[in-house]
Formats: sequence, structure tokens, C-alpha cells
Amino acid sequence: MKYKVDEKGFYGNFGGAYIPEMLYPNINELKVNYLKIINSKNFRKDFEKLLAEYVGRPTPLYFAERLSEKYNTKIYLKREDLCHTGAHKINNTIGQILLAKSLNKKRIIAETGAGQHGVATATVCALMGIDCVIYMGEVDIKRQAPNVARMKMLGAQVKEAKSGSKTLKDATNEAMRDWINNPKDTHYIIGSVVGPHPYPDMVSRLQSVISEEVKTQLLEKEGRNYPDYLIACVGGGSNAAGLYYHYLNNKKVKIIAVEAAGKGINSGKSAATIKLGKIGIMHGSKTLLMQNEDGQIIEPYSISAGLDYPGIGPLHSHMYETKRAKFVSVNDNEAMDWGLTLSQIEGIIPAIETAHAFSILDTMVFKKNDVLVFNCSGRGDKDLETYIKYFKL
Amino acid sequence: MNRIEKKLKEEEKILSVYFTAGFPRLDDTLEIISKLEKSNVDLIEVGIPFSDPLADGETIQRSSKKAIGNGMTIHKLFTQLKHLRKTVKIPVILMGYLNPIMQFGIEKFCLKSKEIGVDGLIIPDLPIEIFLEEYFDLFNKINLFNIFLITPQTSEERIKLIDRNSKGFIYMVSSSSITGSKKNLEDTSFKYFDKISKMNLNNPTIVGFGISNRKTYEKVIRKSKGAIIGSSFINFIEQNSLDNIGEFIKKFR
Repeated sequence: MKYKVDEKGFYGNFGGAYIPEMLYPNINELKVNYLKIINSKNFRKDFEKLLAEYVGRPTPLYFAERLSEKYNTKIYLKREDLCHTGAHKINNTIGQILLAKSLNKKRIIAETGAGQHGVATATVCALMGIDCVIYMGEVDIKRQAPNVARMKMLGAQVKEAKSGSKTLKDATNEAMRDWINNPKDTHYIIGSVVGPHPYPDMVSRLQSVISEEVKTQLLEKEGRNYPDYLIACVGGGSNAAGLYYHYLNNKKVKIIAVEAAGKGINSGKSAATIKLGKIGIMHGSKTLLMQNEDGQIIEPYSISAGLDYPGIGPLHSHMYETKRAKFVSVNDNEAMDWGLTLSQIEGIIPAIETAHAFSILDTMVFKKNDVLVFNCSGRGDKDLETYIKYFKL
Repeated sequence: MNRIEKKLKEEEKILSVYFTAGFPRLDDTLEIISKLEKSNVDLIEVGIPFSDPLADGETIQRSSKKAIGNGMTIHKLFTQLKHLRKTVKIPVILMGYLNPIMQFGIEKFCLKSKEIGVDGLIIPDLPIEIFLEEYFDLFNKINLFNIFLITPQTSEERIKLIDRNSKGFIYMVSSSSITGSKKNLEDTSFKYFDKISKMNLNNPTIVGFGISNRKTYEKVIRKSKGAIIGSSFINFIEQNSLDNIGEFIKKFR
């Protein structure tokens, strides 16, 4: 499998584990154990039970009739927005909390940007009765107050990341520093397919339940278990990795990844890593990164707090380099308009991250019988304030 | 002979000081090096600032951010250190995260370091496996030392691997922590130093992280070849004139 991680943790030229020695034992413990644990019968049993009874899986594959009519093609939405806590993020946190329990860890740490992964982590920690510390940039804490309150209600401690630019990348740095200081009893639940090996592979596998379900559901609805197109938004890339996973080697399936261009690719306020990034090392992984010529990381911008990560998962960098996926980028205003469109055509208020993906309907032409599957990765409740301000609702 | 090797042979104990290049002011780098040498410091580690220093605590995060804001880059550092060896005799090590070095070009960075008289590198996020596979030959060819870190969590097997492939010394991180986060060292650190000295490694160890006063310094050098002072020196030059560097060093020995 060309898109499977190799033994050293690389996808082609990307990935690996570029970590300081202080993190080596933590990462090595995971590397040695993660496959054994997540492929074990006990894990599968607990994971599937929780996904079914707690998360609410399988999520529907919904045929969007009015949208399909409008664009004269067949559009399906994979309804990850219907997961408990409102996004796909919980698939990963359920898996990792079970893994942490198998490794006998007593404390969980996580980073969060918009707060979705923080909420999903705080939720599973409450479920299991495990201590939880969430690192969140000072700037994000201010602009994502409802999610901060959710995490607190769930019993998590929210710690301000005050270093650097005080956003997601700094929250990630802080979580890694915490892990250096607490190497024995703590598990770090990374929220996306980023970070040192084995995280990108581990998180992809846990999110792969999305494409596993799509296969079964499409077979039922279309008589074939694959679509013509898979479309997802990409920040770090976890919902996209989950949607693509079981189709990576199926050449009949075209893959489209949508990045956030913010105020425009060349505006200096963008999060389009593929377009603007160069290969480099951040958070333990070799991947495409937004950085200046001296190798200092550039703070990205997007109206959606879940897409403003200056890197992208190594799997996605590899898919880009090998042309397995077509990467497009979409400006804030196009994404916001799609938030409104999807609400009014289908009655689904999407997260702003999710709304980005739909913009390709305006720029690409599809055939009448093409089957498109969009990952409807999250719901828009958390973004209401941004929508209210933007549309003066 | 590499200056690090020579120094380790000459001196019974090593006092090494780390600071961030370009801090407090952009052009302080060479002056700080000279003043440290005049204060009888044995070894200097010049830090290359990075926007995302994930093994560093608040002090080095702050000095790095300030240094980047001041305009410090690798190009700038090499310009500042162009005539390093006209005046400075003690060994100098450059310490930096991999990404800025990678953007400069790793091979070019090594050659340039050697050319201006740098003796070794510490790249904390370049794991030994990748070093051995991709860069060992280059370092070896130009006699540039690559210094590796070990921590209380590093397994014996891995310490042996690091020891076999080290030149000069091994950087022994005193506790499971980031830089500058501990004021004093706990007993567990000293037990760990004892354990390491019983391993009879080929290379001497120099202890870093958590050394901020004479008492700790003296305790540490009884258990190792030397000690590295980082965050507390940076805090000092942030608040004091560079002319007082000698006084700061006298507080340790």
C-alpha cells in the first residue's frame, strides 16, 4: 500500500518522529504498542460499542436531494456533524482514551484550537473518570468562550498557552512540554493526523471508521461501494484522512481536499498550507509548513478556528506530492456563503470548517451520474457567533 | 584535534554556558561570547532562536521570541561569528532546532559552522537514528561533533547506542523536564547521575537543566564532568549589563 505509513513512520518523504530525546520514551511506548492494542479483540469490542451507543454511529450517509438537483449531480453528505459533541473529533478521542487505559495512564493532556477536540477529549475523560488538562491558546480562549465553558463543565482543566502566537500551534507546544514534564503517567491525545509517528497513522486509523461506513452505505444506495469523488476540508487533516482512508488505493475514486485560503492566498492572511508551505519540521513531523525563509513558523489565519494550523498531516503532504489528491483553497467569504447555502437548501447548519468543502461545487463541473461524498465533519453551533457577526443575523 | 576534545582533556571540570543568539540585543552575540571566555567559562553554547522551541521553558521561549523579533537569523549569526576565531579560543557549540537549519540547508550549515570555527552542534529534535543514517558521514568528515541528549527516562540500551556514536561529551538532562522549569535538583536526579557514572561510558557527561546556583553546580560536578547553565544566565543578561557577566559566573565558581 503506497499510502500506508512505513516502518520508520514515513509517508514517502513526509512524517517520521523528529522529537527531542525527552519525548523518546513516550513516543516509543506508543509506537511499540499502538497497533497491537487497536487491533486487539478487546479494544475493537469496546471501541465499536462506544461508537455505536455513545457517539451515535454509524452516522447517516444522507442523499442531499435539493443540493444534487441544483448542481445536477449526486451529492451525499457523511453526517459526522451528528456525532456526540458535534464533530468527527470524538472518533479519535474514544479510541485514544481506550488506548490510554490499556497503557495504564492516569492523566490525559490535549491541545485545542477552536475547542472541538478539547471538548471531545474532556468528554471521554469524563466518561472514563480520568484527569484531563486541555491546552488552549490565550487568543482562542477569548474567541471560543462556549467551548471553554463546555470543557470546564465536563471537569477538564483549561490551561492558557501564553507562548508564541498564543493559538493552536502554541497550545500544541505547551501540551508537548507538559508531556516532557510528565513522561510516565500521562497520555497526550493529539487531535489531528499531525505530530510525530505514530500519531498520524494512529489517528487516521481511528478516523477510518468514516470511510468504512461510507463503503457499506454506498453499496446499499448506489450498488457500488465507492464514489467518484470524496471531498473534505483540511486543516491538520483528520476528517479528510478518515473519509479517504479505505479509498486511498482505489484509483477510481478522485480525492479533493479543500484548504482555507483565509482572506486570499496572497493576502498574508491565509491557512492554505499546501499552496504556501515548504517542507520542514514542526511538532515532531516532517511535512509542508507555512514558514518564512529563515524557517520560523508563520501564524496562519482563517475565519474558521479549526483550519488555522500552519502545517498539514504528513499523509496529506504525500498525497499532494504524489498527486493522489487535488488540493484547492477557498476564501473566508466563499466558505461563509456556503454555511448559509447549506443551511437553507438542506437545513443543515455546518461548521465553518465543513462549509469550506462545499465551495468546490461552484468551481468544478461534475457529471449527472457522478457520485460525490462530502464529509459533513461538524455542526455549526460553535460558530454561531461568527455567523451572527458576519451576516448581521 | 577538536577544541571540545582538547578542553575536556585539559580541564578537570567544565562550566558551560548557553545563551540565545541575538538576545537581549541583536548584536550582543560576540560580546557575550568574549565576556564569558574572559570569565573563565570553558565552553559556550550559542542557541539559534526558533519560533516553536518545544523542549524549552518560559525563559528560553522569551529570549527566542525577542531574538527573532530583533532580526536574528542563521545568516545573521554566521556574519556575526565570521571572525570568531580571531579572538575566541574556547570551544563553541551551536544549538538549534532542526527546521531553521533545514531551511538554511543542513550540509551547508555544517560546512559553514566548521569554516568559522564552531566545534559542535546540538540539534535536539534530530533523533540519533536519522543522524546516523543521513548525517554521520558528513559530521565525521569535517570533524564536527554532534552532541546527543540523554534523560532519566532514556533506556540503558539507548544510552549505550548514544555513547557509541557520541564525540566529545553526552549532554545529560538532569530531570524529566523542559529547560528552566526547576530551581533545584531533586535526589532522583542525583541517583540518576550515579546510575550513569556506574555505566562507565566512553564519553564524559555534562549536566544541563535546573542548574541555577553554586550549591547545585557543585553537587552536579561531583557526579559528572561538568554543568551547563542556560535559563538563569539568560534571565541575568536580560536584567543586567553585559559588563556584569563576570560577576554572574563568579556566583558559580
